Amino acid sequence: MIGGLLQLPNDDARKIVFVALGLCLVCSLLVSASAVLLRPIQQAEAALDQQRNVVVAAGLGSPDMAAADVAASFAQLQVRVVDFETGWFNDSIDPATYDPRAAARDPSVSSALTRAEDTARIGRQARYATVYLQVSDNGLQRIVLPIHGYGLWSTMYAYLALEGDLNTVAAVAFYEQAETPGLGGEVQNPRWQASWEGKLVFGDEGDVRLRVIKGQVDRSSPQAQWQLDALSGSTLTANGVSNMLSFWLGEEGFGPFLNKLRREGV
Amino acid sequence: MASTSSKVVLDPLVDNNPITLQVLGICSALAVTTTLLNAIIMSLALTAVTACSNGAVSLIRHHTPSAIRIIVQMTIIASLVIVVDQILQAYAYETSKKLSVFVGLIITNCIVLGRAEAFASKNPVGLSVLDGLGNGLGYSVILLIVGAVRELFGSGSLLGMPVLPLTTDGGWYQSNGLLLLPPSAFFIIGFIIWGVRTWKRDQVEPAEHQIHAVHRQEVV
Amino acid sequence: MEAALSLFVRAVFIENLALAFFLGMCTFLAVSKRIETAIGLGAAVIVVMVITVPVNNLLYQYLLQPGALAWLGSPDADMSFLGLISYIGVIAAMVQVLEMVLDRYFPALYHALGIFLPLITVNCAILGASLFMVERDYGFTESVVFGVGGGVGWALAIVALAGIREKLKYSDVPDGLQGLGITFITVGLMSLGFMAFSGIQL
Repeated sequence: MIGGLLQLPNDDARKIVFVALGLCLVCSLLVSASAVLLRPIQQAEAALDQQRNVVVAAGLGSPDMAAADVAASFAQLQVRVVDFETGWFNDSIDPATYDPRAAARDPSVSSALTRAEDTARIGRQARYATVYLQVSDNGLQRIVLPIHGYGLWSTMYAYLALEGDLNTVAAVAFYEQAETPGLGGEVQNPRWQASWEGKLVFGDEGDVRLRVIKGQVDRSSPQAQWQLDALSGSTLTANGVSNMLSFWLGEEGFGPFLNKLRREGV
Repeated sequence: MASTSSKVVLDPLVDNNPITLQVLGICSALAVTTTLLNAIIMSLALTAVTACSNGAVSLIRHHTPSAIRIIVQMTIIASLVIVVDQILQAYAYETSKKLSVFVGLIITNCIVLGRAEAFASKNPVGLSVLDGLGNGLGYSVILLIVGAVRELFGSGSLLGMPVLPLTTDGGWYQSNGLLLLPPSAFFIIGFIIWGVRTWKRDQVEPAEHQIHAVHRQEVV
Repeated sequence: MEAALSLFVRAVFIENLALAFFLGMCTFLAVSKRIETAIGLGAAVIVVMVITVPVNNLLYQYLLQPGALAWLGSPDADMSFLGLISYIGVIAAMVQVLEMVLDRYFPALYHALGIFLPLITVNCAILGASLFMVERDYGFTESVVFGVGGGVGWALAIVALAGIREKLKYSDVPDGLQGLGITFITVGLMSLGFMAFSGIQL
C-alpha cells in the first residue's frame, strides 16, 4: 500500500496528500517527544534559575553557586504571598503554584492599570505577589520583593532586597531584560547592581525617593543616599528603573504592605 | 568523490560564503553577535539544523511533490528548530533565555531554506549533509569574527573574560558603545566583505549592478 | 483609537522591523536594487503580514497558550511549544497562495520577484512580527494594527534603501565594496538614522 503510493508520480493528488500526512506524522512525533521528554528537565532548570535569582538578591549566595547550594540557601527563606488589595499577606494562596506572570494576564486575579496609574508601563497588575522573607529570632532580617517595569525596548524584571528596617536596600538583582546590550543592558552589570547596596528607598515623608539620576552621584551630597549612578547612554532605561521603583514601592505596589509590616512586624 | 565532498564543505567558508556572497542568513548575524558566547551557541545551533534539514530534505527529494515542496521543507526545518530550542532550554537554560527569539528565528534563516531548496533537493543525502555542514561553518566563521570584534571592543572582554580593562571598572579602555548597537554589525560585515573581495578578486561585482553574484550562481 | 494610532506609529518608525530589529535582512539586501521591485516586494510583505499576524493571534489565543484548550476539557494543556511550527505553517501556506495568485494575475511581478517570493516565507520580519505579537500579548485588534504597521514600516525601509541604491549606481565605489559591501554600510547608516526615533513615546 505504502510502496504503491510512493510509486505514483509526484503530482498525483493522492501522493501529495500521502506525503503531507506522512511528514506531519513524523515531525509531530519528533517534536512532541522532545517537548514531553525534556519538559521535566526544563522545569527544574527554570525553577532553579528563579531560586538562584532570589538567593542572590537576598545576599545568600553568588550567581555561580552550585545547584545544591542554591536549594539549601533557598530553604532558609520563607515564601509568602502578598495581596495588594488588603496590603497584607494572604496565606490562602500557595506560593508554590502561584504564577504571577500568568496571573497578570488573567482578568479574575489582575486589574488593568490606567495610563496615569501605570508609571512602570506594565499594562496589568496581578493582585498578588510572591515575596521572600529571611526571618531570624530577632525578627525580619531581609525581604525580597519582585519588581518589573518597561525600559526602552523591553520589560525588565528584578528582585529588590530590603534590610529589616524596610528602607535600606540590601541588594538588587535584575534577571531578565532585553535592553540595548552594553548601554541599557548594563542594568545587569554586577558593579552597578552593587552600587545599590546601602541606599535608602523612602524619604522622610514616606515618599519613594530612590531613583537613578543623570551622571555620577556626588558622594558628599546629602542626597546621595537616595541616588543611583546613571547608566551612560541609556537615559530611557534609567527612567524605566526609576519608574518601576516608584510604582512598586508606592501606593499601587508594596507601599501599604511595607508600612503595615514596619508597624506590626512579621 | 573525496575531492567533491571536501569542496562542498570548504567552498562555503570563503569562496562561496553564505553571508558575504550568497546574501543569506544575515538577520541573526546582526542580532546575536554582541557577545562571542551567543555567537558560538547560535553557530552550533544553526550548523546542526542546516546539516540535519539538508539530510532530511535530500532523503525525501524523489517523493516531494513540487507543489508543496516549500511547506514540506519548512515543516522539517521548524520541527528541527523546536527540538534544538527544547534541548537548549533543558541543558543551556541561561543562554537559551538570552537567545530565545533568535533560536526561533533560525526557522527563517534563509541559509537553511536556501540550501535545502538550492542544493539538498537535487543532491544525494551524504553530499547534502556535507553541504549543510559547510554552509553552517561558513556562517559560523563570519558570526565568530563579528562576535569577537564586537565583544572585544564593545565591552572589553572575550567570552565574558575581561581582556581590555574598562574605565568603568577602573582600567584604561573606554568601551566603544557603537559596537554594541546593531548598526555596527552592518559596518563590520561590510568591511569583512571588502577584505574578502580584495583578496579574492573574482568575487567583485560588476559595476553595472546588472547581475548579482547570487542570481548568477543560484539561477543559472 | 488613539492607542491604535500610537501602536501604528511605533511599529512603522520607532520599532521598525527592518532597521531597529534587523529582521528580514536577506530579502531586504537582495531585492533592493530597483525601486519598482522593492515596491512590489514591500506590498507583498504588507499583504502577508496583515493576514498572518492576526491569524496567528487567533491561533495563539484559542489553541496554543497555556489554558487555551479549556473548551476541549483540558485546561492544563500548554501547547505553546507548538507555536513556532504553527506560525510558520500559516505563513508558508499564505505565501504559497500568494505565489499562485501572483503567477495567475500579475506575471510580471511574479517574474520580477523570482526566487525571492518563496523566500518571503523565510523573511524573518514576518515570523518576527508574529513572535513579537505573542511576546507583547497583543489582542486581536492590536495585532491587526501591528501587522499593518510592521508591514508598512518594512516596505518603507526597503523602498528607501532601493532609492539610495539607484543613486549609488552613479558613484565610484572601491572595487571590493561594489554591490553588497557598500549596501551593508548604507543600511548601517540608515539604521543609525532610525535610531533617532528610539525612545519616542506617544
